[in-house]
Amino acid sequence: MRRVYVKEEVCIGCLLCEVYCRGQHSQSHDLLKAFKKEFPPPSSRVSVETRGQVSFSIRCQHCSQAPCVYACLTGALSRDPVSGVVNMNEDRCIGCWTCLLVCPLGAIRRDIVQAKAVKCDLCQGEDVPVCVANCPNEALVYAEVPDMVLSQALG
Amino acid sequence: MTSMEKVKYLIVGNSAGGIAATESIREVDRSGSIAIISDEPYPAYSRPLISEYLAKRRDLEGMLFRPADFYERNNVHALLGCRVKQLNVDEHTVELTDGRRINWAKLLLAIGGVPIVPPIEGFDLNGIFTFTTLDDAKAIDQFLGHLVKRPTRAVVVGGGLIGMSVAEALLRRGIEITIVEMKERILNTILDEEASALVEEALRRNGAEVITGHTVAVVTGASSGEVTGVTLDDGRSECCELVIVAIGVRPRVEQVLGTGIEVNRGIVVDRYMSASASDIYACGDVAEAYDFVYGENRLTPIWPNAFMGGRVAGLNMAGVPTEYEGGTAMNSLKYFGLAIVSAGMATAPDDSYEVLNSKSNHAYRKVVLKDDRVLGMVFAGDIEKSGIIFNLMKDGVKVDGFKQALIADDFGLASLPQEVWRPKLEMPPSALASAIDLFGQPEQIVVAE
Ligand SMILES: Cc1cc2nc3c(=O)[nH]c(=O)nc-3n(C[C@H](O)[C@H](O)[C@H](O)COP(=O)(O)OP(=O)(O)OC[C@H]3O[C@@H](n4cnc5c(N)ncnc54)[C@H](O)[C@@H]3O)c2cc1C
Repeated sequence: MRRVYVKEEVCIGCLLCEVYCRGQHSQSHDLLKAFKKEFPPPSSRVSVETRGQVSFSIRCQHCSQAPCVYACLTGALSRDPVSGVVNMNEDRCIGCWTCLLVCPLGAIRRDIVQAKAVKCDLCQGEDVPVCVANCPNEALVYAEVPDMVLSQALG
Repeated sequence: MTSMEKVKYLIVGNSAGGIAATESIREVDRSGSIAIISDEPYPAYSRPLISEYLAKRRDLEGMLFRPADFYERNNVHALLGCRVKQLNVDEHTVELTDGRRINWAKLLLAIGGVPIVPPIEGFDLNGIFTFTTLDDAKAIDQFLGHLVKRPTRAVVVGGGLIGMSVAEALLRRGIEITIVEMKERILNTILDEEASALVEEALRRNGAEVITGHTVAVVTGASSGEVTGVTLDDGRSECCELVIVAIGVRPRVEQVLGTGIEVNRGIVVDRYMSASASDIYACGDVAEAYDFVYGENRLTPIWPNAFMGGRVAGLNMAGVPTEYEGGTAMNSLKYFGLAIVSAGMATAPDDSYEVLNSKSNHAYRKVVLKDDRVLGMVFAGDIEKSGIIFNLMKDGVKVDGFKQALIADDFGLASLPQEVWRPKLEMPPSALASAIDLFGQPEQIVVAE
């Protein structure tokens, strides 16, 4: 499956990935409205971390054996057996935050207003996730990596 | 004469562990016959959501953690509302209460726990409930709605996770509640003092009364048999129309006692989730499985561990040897909008442990260390990055170079040494030939040494 990877050496911590992610996951898909008007305010599913010269943006890596999916109390999280995308069904989420506690990347975020966990969905419907498409330094790469679990032939 | 049915995989318990096992068996064995039995007459629902049901925020459909067609799609024979009466280990059979007998090749006991109900005077009155099943939630719901004089006050016996869960639901239903906890503080087994105090404060803010260090000695009733109140061990009394017994659960081991299967506090399983008898596996609240913090088998009656244990059991049952990484006590609470997570040792057992903590306006962070490895954690408020620490704990990573960073406000992956975060984020070498550039064209990516 395709995943987003980080080239930390060329990330300048500009936060544009967060900005575009938030716009993409808004109702209006309009940056100005998304940031200034919408309620509940849309939230970014990526987060940028910076320590001195080091910076990178973090998002769900759609693990093949995703601990969040196994830990989810409500079945809100599932992994699509065909695409490999780890999906969050926000209607089913009760915001218990168990998924946050098991994520090794700290990649799942809290939408505090709606009391729901939110995460990267690889911008379903777009050819390339908006964080990758709008990264000014090409510090994000959308790359195909063989997935052992998905390619497992059954029956 | 009753007929004998035959299945390859028999799963008793249609909850976290049972469903996880069903899924993992089907990942590797598409056609072997599977039957799943539960004495609860519902498709698999999420047990923690019974409080949402009681609060009238979710109905049964909203509690199902797998789609309604799960059994059909996975070609599983579901016997719901059926109870296993007798387990015959040598014969590889079970007998159901309706007289049916089933022969199995591999058996999983994912039979969970039963609520602990202490012998208290008055516990046979009308208005006393436990809170571990959907039927419990339904019974309480009915009780709240169907009395001529509507109940307005409840006493919750036990200030643990289940007590919190029912307390929150009852508060949402407009019931006044008093929580009575025998120990000095609520949630004492899963939180430290600091975090317990936060929850207690939140409960009080939401109108609950919290009494700690005391127990309910007697439940008092009217001649009609209805609960009228409780009397505590210090003689104090509280009026109420219902009492919820939420002291805890214990493994439901009755059925395996006397079968030769090893039981300590729960069914003892090895790292393959195999019980002491061949072809029999156990997981979840009924099992005593490996705890990676303590390095020994323990009861850890929580959902994610039941699920992971079930997953591993299923793979082993289907002939794919898989080791259970282990689980540990791990909880995530969200009562009254307050986010708290804890895992492993919430308090240091003695002075040989190192404890680091920090407090700010919006966060409380604590880690318990021994020999520079994380053995416990409690986070409140800002919990978004807690999973990173949980995984350091699980992986036994030495944190000597950066332990202070674990409790810093800006803690994140970037706080860890490069060799820890880099492999988690960077493109693996297997992606080299296939990276996709912005225009969707394959591009040769050269990664600097
Ligand atoms: C109110 C409440 C809130 C909770 N909140 C949380 C939470 O926030 N986070 C968390 O991690 N955990 C929580 N838990 C715990 C969690 O629900 C359990 O750890 C989990 O359900 C255990 O799953 P299991 O598969 O071991 O079995 P269980 O869920 O206990 O299910 C076992 C099933 O087996 C059936 N069974 C048993 N014996 C037989 C028999 N002889 N014949 C037929 N069927 C049988 C039972 O009826 C039951 O349906 C909560 C529990 C409760 C009650």
